[in-house]
Amino acid sequence: MMRKSRSEGLRQPTLTPDAAAALERAGFSRRNFLKGTGALIVTFSVADCSRAPSSGSTSQVSRLDVPLDQVDSWIAIAQDESVTGYTGKCEFGQGFRTVQYQLIADEMYVPLDRITLIVCDTALTPDQGTTSGSQSHPTEFGPNGLRQALATAREALFRLAADQLGVTVDELSVQDGVIFVAADPTQRVSYGQLVGGQQFNLTVDRAARPKDPREYTVLGTSVPRYEIPDKVTGQFEYVQSVRLPGMRHGKVVRPPFVGASVVSVDETSVQNLPGNVQVVVINDFIGVVADGQWQAARAAAALRVNWSAGVTLPNQADLYNYMRTQPSRDSLTVLSDDVDQRFGEAVNVISATYKTPYQKHGSIGSSAAVADVQGTGPNGRATIYSATQGVYPQRDSVARVLGIPMQNVRVIFLEGSGCYGLNGADTVSFDAALLSQAVGAPVRVQLTRKDEMAWGENYGPAYVIDLRAGLNDQGQIIVWDYEAWTLSKGNRPTAAAPGNIITGALVGFPTPPLVPGSADPPTSYSNNGNSDSSYGAGCVQGRCGGTGNIESERVLTHTIASPFFTGPLRSPGRLQNTFANESFIDEVAALVGADPIEYRLRHLSDPRLINVLKAGAKASGWQTRPSPNAPDGSTIATGRGVACVLYEGNNGYSALVAEVQVNRSTGQVVVTRMVAAQDSGPVSNPDGLRNQMEGGALQGMSRCLREEVTWDNQQITSIDWNRYPVFHFGESIPVVETVLLNRLDVPQMGAGECIITVAAPAIANAIFDATGARVRQVPFTPARVLAALQGT
Amino acid sequence: MAALSLTVNGQSYSFDVDPTTPLLYVLMDDLQLNGPKFGCGLMQCGACTVLLDGQPIRSCTRPMSAAAGHSITTIEGLGTPDNPHPLQTAFIEEQAAQCAFCISGVMLYGKTYVDTHPGATEQQIAQGLPSNLLCRCYTHVRMLKALARYAQEVQP
Repeated sequence: MMRKSRSEGLRQPTLTPDAAAALERAGFSRRNFLKGTGALIVTFSVADCSRAPSSGSTSQVSRLDVPLDQVDSWIAIAQDESVTGYTGKCEFGQGFRTVQYQLIADEMYVPLDRITLIVCDTALTPDQGTTSGSQSHPTEFGPNGLRQALATAREALFRLAADQLGVTVDELSVQDGVIFVAADPTQRVSYGQLVGGQQFNLTVDRAARPKDPREYTVLGTSVPRYEIPDKVTGQFEYVQSVRLPGMRHGKVVRPPFVGASVVSVDETSVQNLPGNVQVVVINDFIGVVADGQWQAARAAAALRVNWSAGVTLPNQADLYNYMRTQPSRDSLTVLSDDVDQRFGEAVNVISATYKTPYQKHGSIGSSAAVADVQGTGPNGRATIYSATQGVYPQRDSVARVLGIPMQNVRVIFLEGSGCYGLNGADTVSFDAALLSQAVGAPVRVQLTRKDEMAWGENYGPAYVIDLRAGLNDQGQIIVWDYEAWTLSKGNRPTAAAPGNIITGALVGFPTPPLVPGSADPPTSYSNNGNSDSSYGAGCVQGRCGGTGNIESERVLTHTIASPFFTGPLRSPGRLQNTFANESFIDEVAALVGADPIEYRLRHLSDPRLINVLKAGAKASGWQTRPSPNAPDGSTIATGRGVACVLYEGNNGYSALVAEVQVNRSTGQVVVTRMVAAQDSGPVSNPDGLRNQMEGGALQGMSRCLREEVTWDNQQITSIDWNRYPVFHFGESIPVVETVLLNRLDVPQMGAGECIITVAAPAIANAIFDATGARVRQVPFTPARVLAALQGT
Repeated sequence: MAALSLTVNGQSYSFDVDPTTPLLYVLMDDLQLNGPKFGCGLMQCGACTVLLDGQPIRSCTRPMSAAAGHSITTIEGLGTPDNPHPLQTAFIEEQAAQCAFCISGVMLYGKTYVDTHPGATEQQIAQGLPSNLLCRCYTHVRMLKALARYAQEVQP
């Protein structure tokens, strides 16, 4: 298929002139750096890389020596007193880059402007897996993260200073990177004087004592985000803006139908198009490469491909019934012995079913990557610029896809368009790498909107959840039964399974099949997926880890094979489960005539969840009364609803009160106010946390009111923003208020996925409060709300 | 191919390109500007927005043949990190961004609305912006605050 090959040699990115100069200033020779004997201090940008001369440069490939337990993997101090941090937790617009600057400043007692942070680069930063799951705070502030390495470094600096100044460590104090004798500040020595340009050669000390959050001076303040000035002036370099010398442009040609295979490709269909068009076909993967982006787009549109028929997709209208009838892999979160007995004792049993569809990430910029791959086999080398959540997992999987050694692959993270999980960032990196390898030049690929929406992402999967509760004669829930069906295909790419994402599968790597199997009884309690409600005691083998007091529970999940690729999407599974659980508790409260918050409090045991719920209620001006509100006869009904959760069972306490207006004639729902409360332990950056909470509230509103992946019998049909409607500008937005519970006496938890998790049930409960109509299927379209209204 | 002239952020250029080439690709690839971005290519999201003779347009679908001879302003043309436009200052002050991939559309449509509606409130601005304008991080709260802050600075 290859018709033309460009021979222009491209250098691997290496130290740039700027970086080299910075090293020189800092007192390093570049040779030392490359030999690995000096501390690792680099400042560079991709723009700098593209200007680097190719002569005399040494290829820099993945460091296989960035052990997590070595201080030098995390921090370097230069003779000029600058401090460089290294992190495997990336910035996606959520603000964690700035938080890590704050952490270094606080833990090391240095000013922010002296710090450089190197983020997510397999040649430079430690392997911290993926930046996902609201795990950045728990990880970096935990025993295996950045903070512990910094504490170790600081204590080592104090010991060195004590030796040099002839005093004990206890007599020393520190300010702005200068350690001095507290009683005589003229006796002083700086970090740079102590270790500038040298390695620490220290193992991270688990006994080193990080600063007490009550002593933070930089953390806990709203340090402005580093990159916002560049972003609002068009200076910021996204992965979409990477430009390498000799870079060409690729586009992919995806199958027209799910399951279709290439029969033949007619290259003559593009042979007269401009731009030195090349066609690349590898199994069912097809791409075109041209000199210019528009030329590539035209060629991709013009290329004639004969595809086989695809598979017949499940009927979307019947999806939730279909899910119940397929072979499943089952798992149990809780299985109490007395569930049947308790239902037998209950004076009242209530049940309901909740449905959430497949949903998309729908990042506003379609995914893009730039790859520079040279050669194949043992001598092949690659540099990938990617907005991936995991540079190391991508390195390993892309090496497999390209058939080259993983140590010859360098993956450099650059921020892309908003990332809410496993969007198209990895798949498009595979696309760019395959095309670059095939044509022998650096290739940039940006997906079309249709490619992104139909053949780019791993969608968040649909859920159908049956809930059943048994009540005693006091109206208290004594037994809770959760049974859910969801779907799965693929996941994050790994070296073992590049076929977990679309391009890996198209190129011929199998997607590991779902293996049906029954559930073993749980051996310990984990509510990581929030399948158990907030009201469950979570008792497994005599130990109870839940946040509530319902001791008799069955929590069973069936996972079936999905026709579409699936993966983590902001609050994966937890959003769908919490919609069901937090709607259902409201239904039970209404049945017994209790106020929704009062009824929740009756079943909660965790004091922090109780506090956050009360804080949200208070800030919202909650009036205690049962739902629904008494109808006043007007067309526009108003109501308020609430929901709360301990995200992942251990990672952020959240509550949300939503106020809505429901048009009884049209079924239109307008959310007028959202009050969000959050306790994630010590707040690192209050304004940054508020930004996440506000965005989570509104994104959650969009997902529950509008968003649903659609398909016909052969293909995805929600392939643009008209066919995948979302909340947009040009319409009224709710007032969003945030309440931060800043707890300094507990560990840091995540926050990025918390508020979105409670948006759908808070809004559904508000609709019920306004109208008495219960919507149990996402999205709450006007048609569904009208149908629910007619059922009341 | 044809030589097409264009003024971008005050500078004159001549491009020898296929006249069907969308303006966005010339800005991104030939001029290496990072402000206007490819989001959908369908005029549905606004990430590619630029001002053409002062009015916001979608550069992803505007062919060079229809842009030639006009004056284009991107967000780079408003100001710089060291010397930001009051609109950009308002966005920085309000920390009105997450990923900010959408920012060209929100800022340039916002600027156009506010410049013609000085003193506009957040809710007026929210409803005055076009519906084919998206922010998928849902930073709307701050973006509207920033635009309302800017609206206070625009003299009626």
